[in-house]
Amino acid sequence: MPPSPQRFDLRRSIGRIVLGALAHVGRFSMLVVEFFRGLKEPKIWVPRAMDEAWNIGIGSLFIVLLVSAFAGAVTALQAGYQFQGNLPWFVVGTLVTQSIVLELGPVLTGLILAGRIGARYAAEIGTMRVTEQIDALESLGRSPASHLLVPRVVAGLVMVPVLVIFADVIGVAMGWFSARQVMPLTDADFAYGAQAYYRPFDAYYSLIKAFFFAGAITFIPCYMGFNTSQGAEGVGRSTTGAVVSASVLILLLDTLLAQLLLTV
Amino acid sequence: MIELRDVAKRFGEQVVLDGVDFTVADGETVALLGPSGTGKSVLLKHIIGLIKPDRGSVIVDGLDVPRLRRNELRQLRYRIGYVFQNGALFDSMNVFENVRLGISDTDKFDDLAYSRDAVTRCIRLVNLAPETIEKYPAELSGGMRKRVGIARAIVGEPDYLLYDEPTSGLDPVNADIIDDLVKQLDKELGVTSVMVTHDVRGAFRVADRLALLSEGKIVMQGTQQEFLASDSPKVREFLERDFQNATLPEA
Ligand SMILES: Nc1ncnc2c1ncn2[C@@H]1O[C@H](COP(=O)(O)OP(=O)(O)OP(=O)(O)O)[C@@H](O)[C@H]1O
Ligand SMILES: [Mg+2]
Repeated sequence: MPPSPQRFDLRRSIGRIVLGALAHVGRFSMLVVEFFRGLKEPKIWVPRAMDEAWNIGIGSLFIVLLVSAFAGAVTALQAGYQFQGNLPWFVVGTLVTQSIVLELGPVLTGLILAGRIGARYAAEIGTMRVTEQIDALESLGRSPASHLLVPRVVAGLVMVPVLVIFADVIGVAMGWFSARQVMPLTDADFAYGAQAYYRPFDAYYSLIKAFFFAGAITFIPCYMGFNTSQGAEGVGRSTTGAVVSASVLILLLDTLLAQLLLTV
Repeated sequence: MIELRDVAKRFGEQVVLDGVDFTVADGETVALLGPSGTGKSVLLKHIIGLIKPDRGSVIVDGLDVPRLRRNELRQLRYRIGYVFQNGALFDSMNVFENVRLGISDTDKFDDLAYSRDAVTRCIRLVNLAPETIEKYPAELSGGMRKRVGIARAIVGEPDYLLYDEPTSGLDPVNADIIDDLVKQLDKELGVTSVMVTHDVRGAFRVADRLALLSEGKIVMQGTQQEFLASDSPKVREFLERDFQNATLPEA
């Protein structure tokens, strides 16, 4: 059938987009179901997950610490600049701690790892898809979920929160350090400020966020990887797609979790 | 027994298989011939359930493959060895681990001594040096990868073997070794096999019967004699072209 010149049909385009989105939702849900099925084979995924967790942890520690250290320092310096003469100095301690623990630690770590881990997962699984390695696994009666998906997701769910803890600690420490360099602020002031408005839930909130971000960073790229087609170009497309979608999802989850969990 | 009845498959607009009827009796070796891009690999993937047909039925060992439940399909796949056209080795694992994954019996798989023996034996069968098992796929040549793929398919002692062009890209000596191996597995262990190939000469040497796939259909299925006697233009064209190619170097 020769392509007939058609006028732009809004209803049809919207219909196609909705159907496409529903198909993604459907296939993504299947992947999540596969994940839980795959969990039933710990003998296969536990050793692989440990390797993967080690890779993620060691590979990302430096960049995560670097970024959170700078975030802590800049937050402290800017707070100092804004507060001079208006607010007591100890508020800098409050602001640094709260900004880092509630927002910057988890979000910046999440976004960095979306690039680092997400790109790797999508490229690895995508390459395995286009070189028929996933078909080969299936042909051997082995489950791609327990060999490929579960180890990666579990490693992420464990390691991302760990990295966020490191990021929180280093971010606050660097904020403290920088504040002391440039402001008339004592250690006692900073510590008082940090504790004055601190609720124990804040630390949990940081971890809850990290956990949800870990889900986005691992599941989305694996999904993109498994659904790769058309060779090297397809792998490239999956990889960029994975990083962008995971990052956007992190920002959405960030907003959503703030709405749901931080009741005023 | 492998039985495909009226199998049709299309990808988007492109009709690849269009009513394929294809049978392989128990213990038999059938060579599947056909021009490049006609859907030989697609047909082979139907047999192991990697691709589901749009229409028609795929029966292996009395089981309706597309409708099998996950566990039944897994059990069936344990009994089928599949040699991928490009090897499809796991590149994060060395040759030993690759081939070992072909051992479907859990107890044997966990038994390291047994695994070492079985893997080494199969590596020898495909004419690779024992040292190869420490190497990674990226360190192997294309032909070596292909033979590792064959070793992985046979190490689990399957009842069925599906070879996707096992000898293409191999030198004549190794191609003959693989052909002999296919024949030996067939004769000694009674394996039921399908061998996709472009090498008509090799197919004649190894296969009990041949099948020619062209334009989405099995044009002809029969013995070597029946093929040589056929006056169907498609069969003739295919045989003549390939025989010319095959006999040229010897002339
Ligand atoms: N997953 C797929 N998606 C879309 N099209 C496909 C897919 N797999 C195969 N095809 C198409 O089906 C046709 C047959 O492919 P197939 O790989 O079976 O050919 P073949 O007979 O094995 O060829 P060759 O001898 O070159 O290996 C090709 O035109 C190919 O483009
Ligand atoms: Mg092929």
